[in-house]
Amino acid sequence: MDDIILQILNGLDKGSAYALIALGLTLIFGTLGVVNFAHGALFLIGAFCSVTVSRLLSLSFEKIDGTQTDFLGNPLRVETPYLHEWFGPEIGASLIDWAVPIAIIFAIPFMVLVGFVMERGLIKHFYKRPHADQILVTFGLAIVIGEIVKANFGANPIPTPAPSAYAGAMDFGVILGFEPNTIIYPIWRFVYFLFSMVIICAVFAFLQFTTFGMVVRAGMADRETVGLLGIDIDKRFTLMFGLAAAVAGLAGVMYTPILSPNYNIGMDFLVLSFVVVVVGGMGSLPGAVLAGFMLGILQSFASMNEVKSILPGIDQIIIYLVAIIILLTRPRGLMGRKGVMEE
Amino acid sequence: MLGMNRKDTTLFIIVCLMVMLAPILLNPFPTESAFSQFNAGYPALLQRFVIFGILVIGFNILFGLTGYLSFGHAAFLGLGSFAAVWMFKLLSYNIVPAIVLSVVVSGLFAVVIGYVSLRRSGIYFSILTLAFAQMMYSIAYSDLVGKVLGFPITNGETGLQVYNNDPQFLLGDGPTTPHLFGWEMNGSFTWDIGGWSFVFHNGYYLAGLFMIASFYIAIRIFRSPFGLILRSIKSNQQRLNYIGVSTRPYMLTAFVISGMYAGLAGGLLAAMDPLTGAERMFWTASGEIVIMSILGGVGTLIGPILGAGVIKYMENIISTINDTVVHGWFSFMPDGLEDFVVAIVHPFIGKGWHLTLGLVFMVVVIFLPGGLVELGQRIGAKFSRKKPTDPASGATTPAE
Repeated sequence: MDDIILQILNGLDKGSAYALIALGLTLIFGTLGVVNFAHGALFLIGAFCSVTVSRLLSLSFEKIDGTQTDFLGNPLRVETPYLHEWFGPEIGASLIDWAVPIAIIFAIPFMVLVGFVMERGLIKHFYKRPHADQILVTFGLAIVIGEIVKANFGANPIPTPAPSAYAGAMDFGVILGFEPNTIIYPIWRFVYFLFSMVIICAVFAFLQFTTFGMVVRAGMADRETVGLLGIDIDKRFTLMFGLAAAVAGLAGVMYTPILSPNYNIGMDFLVLSFVVVVVGGMGSLPGAVLAGFMLGILQSFASMNEVKSILPGIDQIIIYLVAIIILLTRPRGLMGRKGVMEE
Repeated sequence: MLGMNRKDTTLFIIVCLMVMLAPILLNPFPTESAFSQFNAGYPALLQRFVIFGILVIGFNILFGLTGYLSFGHAAFLGLGSFAAVWMFKLLSYNIVPAIVLSVVVSGLFAVVIGYVSLRRSGIYFSILTLAFAQMMYSIAYSDLVGKVLGFPITNGETGLQVYNNDPQFLLGDGPTTPHLFGWEMNGSFTWDIGGWSFVFHNGYYLAGLFMIASFYIAIRIFRSPFGLILRSIKSNQQRLNYIGVSTRPYMLTAFVISGMYAGLAGGLLAAMDPLTGAERMFWTASGEIVIMSILGGVGTLIGPILGAGVIKYMENIISTINDTVVHGWFSFMPDGLEDFVVAIVHPFIGKGWHLTLGLVFMVVVIFLPGGLVELGQRIGAKFSRKKPTDPASGATTPAE
């Protein structure tokens, strides 16, 4: 039993990331009808927002410390972060420690802006072109963004630690009433799961309970009629693109402590997220979330040693296997709507 | 000639001549000159031109004619390579069984994958082929088949190659490098004339012959009734169904043909260099195939070959240019300006060539959906005396 719970927990963090990216993909697809292969690049930009913020916060200068001397008797030069200087060592240290959560504040407006620029600058011109063209141009954009990141940050993964208060692991078994030390789980992964749930709920609430969201949903169902009612639906859809970009970016920001990002992280997640979207059903938001968590947990079960001893390597192919089976038995995915992507 | 109309015959002859004379034509700069690094006429690169040409010609039969975008085509390339290396390991270095088996194996896999994937169309087809290819990549990369059977099949991360203790039942006294009945693949003839040095490489000419044959078959497919059906699938599949044509057998045939082309290319890659690894099947490799065919011009005969050539040329040449070389070119400028220019060029050369590739690809998709072929036609139209009849300009705004 505790093994099963541990595997479910292990699947949650990956599942959360899949769900968030797939949610954004589905939002873009449902509103604008664009297959966005550059969505992984948005996740990547988010992850590197976090890297940049943590670097900016720990920018430092050399300060001459009069109280100490080095071995030659000269006053010691100490590398001091500006934050220590400005806010005092204690607050400065904790600000640097909390770099990843602080990055969220910067990432939201930045990602919305990136989304705007992407939609207005490039994707707008591809609405009337075939889906293959949309896939290709966004694929090219993903390559370009990945390479720009590589040119600026190098090809190696950059570790970005979580705040030290959340860096350790916690004993989950005790909370659930098992023996101690049966379910040890890193705290940050749990935080990531909670965070993603908050984001997902917020997106759904936004679409469900605000007038803006209602108009967007109406536009998803029948764009032309909404336009005939005198509503500028394009403007709202552009905003939704910004929102989807922000969701993907936040998923990236918060994921950095779990997996040190490098320039490839976007592509890795993108391929899987596409599979998630297709399994969940193109154009269905709940389907994307459900499929994200389902595939994440399934993957973690498949990587159990007991399973691997029977079917070696199943953990690497399980997602694709499930996707193929589902596409062939339920062509619209788990919760797909009728008439989406069916010419 | 050979069942082709006059225009196609001309094109075919031009391609034949290009393949035959490429070691000379692509070597325009003397060996000692400063520009010699732009020479593309060395065997390793020429082989890649023609082999990837074969691959993309095959991909074009699927994507160009039917519009079905397969994002997992590199899997067949990898399969072909693995099959060929296994023939080297089991029989001998003769490439005939290797290439036959690589085509057959890829064809068989294409039948299965195509049968399943072609039940869906559009983005679903792309994702299905991507899923299959990634699955096969994972299986090859961690050698799952080998783990089940108890001996290495794809040899995982290390990659598959021929070892001295392999059985090689038919080897006898034969050569220990890939050969065609004794005619060694890596043999070559060098012709030094003036400052130039032209290398005529056996392996290149064999691969070139295969490419010419593939190109001929592609022409015949394009002009056949079968090709016409494939084109009509692209323009309106529903209408075909309504008039009582079952499209699936045609689609499957096209898929298998293009899979076999990829297998042939994989087999030839192994014949040039008898080792292979799972990374040939990774999905970025499939993406590269798509880029090649788009860049050249989808749905045209010559486009894919051009695309493959340009990409492989960029990959090999741009990636070898470094800052020192650029400094050399711009040394006539004042120092400050020179450094400035080099700093601007820097991100696009050397290790950054992927950035150049991505940008070029985006520009082509945005402005030149017909690729290099369309560019050529536009330039040709500018200079020809005929009034340019531009069918595209009249059809950009569909009536809704």
